[in-house]
Amino acid sequence: MDMKRNYYEDIELFSSATILVWSIVLLVFLLTLPLYLPSYNIYLFNIILVNIILAVGLNILVGYTGQISLGHAGFFAIGAYGTALIMTHLHFPFIVALIIAALIAAFFGFIIGLPALRLEGPYLAIATLGFGLTIMHIIGRWEIFGGRMGIKTPPLDLGFAGSAYSMVIEGDVKIYYLILIITVLMVIGARNLMKTRVGRAFVAIRDDDIAAEVMGVNLTIFKTMSFAVSAFYAGVAGGLYGFVVTFFDPFTFNLILSIIFLVMVVVGGLGSIMGAIMGAILITYLQYDFLKNVDELPYLGAFLVYISKQWFTVIGLANFSNIALGIIMLAIVIFEPLGMFGIWIRMKKYWKTWPF
Amino acid sequence: MIEQLFIEGLAIGACYGLFGVAVAIIYKTSEVVNFAQGEMGMIATFVTYHVLVVYNFPFWLAFLITMVFAMLLGMLIEICCLRPAKDPNVLGLIILTLGVEMLLMAIAGWKWGAEQKDFPFLLSVRKTHEIFPGLVLNEWSMGVFALSIVIMVLLFLFFRFSRLGIAMRATQQNVNAAKIMGIKVERVFSFTWAMSSLIGAIAAMFFAARSVLDPNFMMEPFMRAFAAAVLGGLTSIPGVVVGGLILGIIENFFGYAWPEWKPIVAFVVIIIIITVRPSGLFAKHFIKKV
Repeated sequence: MDMKRNYYEDIELFSSATILVWSIVLLVFLLTLPLYLPSYNIYLFNIILVNIILAVGLNILVGYTGQISLGHAGFFAIGAYGTALIMTHLHFPFIVALIIAALIAAFFGFIIGLPALRLEGPYLAIATLGFGLTIMHIIGRWEIFGGRMGIKTPPLDLGFAGSAYSMVIEGDVKIYYLILIITVLMVIGARNLMKTRVGRAFVAIRDDDIAAEVMGVNLTIFKTMSFAVSAFYAGVAGGLYGFVVTFFDPFTFNLILSIIFLVMVVVGGLGSIMGAIMGAILITYLQYDFLKNVDELPYLGAFLVYISKQWFTVIGLANFSNIALGIIMLAIVIFEPLGMFGIWIRMKKYWKTWPF
Repeated sequence: MIEQLFIEGLAIGACYGLFGVAVAIIYKTSEVVNFAQGEMGMIATFVTYHVLVVYNFPFWLAFLITMVFAMLLGMLIEICCLRPAKDPNVLGLIILTLGVEMLLMAIAGWKWGAEQKDFPFLLSVRKTHEIFPGLVLNEWSMGVFALSIVIMVLLFLFFRFSRLGIAMRATQQNVNAAKIMGIKVERVFSFTWAMSSLIGAIAAMFFAARSVLDPNFMMEPFMRAFAAAVLGGLTSIPGVVVGGLILGIIENFFGYAWPEWKPIVAFVVIIIIITVRPSGLFAKHFIKKV
C-alpha cells in the first residue's frame, strides 16, 4: 500500500484529493439513487446497506481481531427484536430504541467474549454457534417475542409515537435515506476506530495474542471489547433490517444466515473495511437478485432446467443459490485467500507500475 | 422410570458418541473441524433411501453401496477441497468445510426435495422388548449399543495393530516427521476422511431412523455430536464416546423435566464445559504451539 510518512497521514480520513473527490461523487450518486431506480431495487439497496453495516462490524471481530463468530445471526436477531419491541411497548423514538437494542446486543457480545478469552479456533466457532442457536430457540419459545409466528414491526417513528412530536417515515425511499446516513456514520466510525489505540490493539491480538500481551495489551479488555463492538454493529444492522422487511420470525436468524455473514467478510477480504463492503454487496446481490430466479437467467437458466429435468427435480432448483454460495466459499479459500480486496490490491499495483 | 430415562439417554448418547467419533478422527489427524460431517452423513443416508425405494434393492446391498459411496465421498472432499488449499488458517478451514456443507445440503435439496420422508430402516424405534422386568428397550437402541461396541473395538484394533492405523497416529503427532519416515501423508489424510465419512454415514442412518429424512435433518444431531466430542475432548476417542453418553443422559433427563428447552440444553452444556475446561473432560490440556 501507499507509504505513510507520519502519524497524521495515517489517521487522515481522505489520504489524497483523488480519494476525496471520488468519495463525494459516490455520496452524491448514492443520494440521488432513488431518482432513477425502481422501487424493488431500492429495497435491494436497503438490504445491501444493512448487510454492509453487519459485515463491517463482523470484520472488526474476524478480520482485525482474528476471532471467529458463527453466532452473529444471534446479535442480529437481538437488534431486530429489541428495536421492534422497545418501540411497540415503550413508544421510544426509533433512534433511541435502535441504540438501546444495539447496546443490549453489545452486552451479549461482551458475555460471549468472556469464554473467548480461553477458547480459540474451532472451539470458539462452536461456542458462538451454540449461542446463535440458543438465541433462536429462546426467541421461538417466548411469548413476548411473538413465538414461532414472528412479529411485525411498528411504524418507523423518529419522534414519540402518538404525541405531537410524531414523525413517521414510510416507504422504501425514505427508509433508504435513513439507513444510508446510519451506514455512512457506522463505516466512518469503524474506520476511525481502527486508526486509534483500540484498533491497533485489535490487530496486535490478531497477529499474536501472546506477543500483544507482552507488549502491554490487556487481552481481557480488548477481546471482550472487540466482541462487544462487533455485536453493537450487528445490533444496529438487525434493528434496521427489521424495518426494511417489516416482518420476521425466529427462523430468519438461522445458522445459514450466520454462515452467509461470515462468507461476506471472507469473500470481501479479511481485515479491510472496503473488503467487507464489497463482500456484502456481492453476496447480497447474488442472493437477493441474481440467483433468486435461476431458471430465468439467459443460457445458464435453460441449461440448469434441462439438468434438473434429467437428473434432479425442477422444484429443487431454488437450491442452486446455495450451491453457488458453496462454490464461492470453496473457491475463495483455495484460490484467493485475501478475497476481493486482494484482487483489488493486485489490480491497483499492476496499473501503478504498469509498463514494468 | 429413572432407569428407563437413563437407558434411553444412554442409547441416544451412544449415537452422538458414534457420530462424534467421526468428527474426532478427522480432527485428530489433520486438525480440521469438519462442519460438513453431518451433511456427508445426510447425503449417504439419502443414497441408501434412493437405492431402497427407487431401485428396491435389499437392505444389506443398499447398506454396502452406501458404505462404498460414503468412503468415496469422504476421499473426494479431501482431494478436491482440502488438498488444493495451500496452508489455510483455522478460519479458512472452517469456511472450506462450511462451503462443503452448503454445497451438499443444496445438492440433496435439488435432488430429493425438501419434503420429509420416512427412512425405511431395519431397526425400528417402535418395536420394543422388555429385557428386564420394568425396563423396556427398543430395537433401535439395541442396534446402537451393539454397533457402537463393535465399531469401538474395531477402531481400537485398527489404531493399535494395523500399519495404516499406526501411520495415522504418526501423522497426528508430527506431520513432518511422518513424511521423513516414508508415510504418504496425503494418502493418510484421504483415508482418514473416508473412514470418518463411513462411521458418520452409519450414525446418520440411525439418526434418520429416529426422526425423518430431509436435507436439514443432520444439522441438530451434528451440533449435539460435536458438543459431545468437545465435552469429552476432541483428541481422545474413548473420551468422545463417554462425552456422548453423558450428553445423551443429561439431555434425556433435562428433556423429561423441561421438554420446551430440550433443544438448547446441549449448547448450554457445551458453552459451560468449554469455558471451564477448554480441552474437554478427558483430553490432556492442549499446549499452544507458538
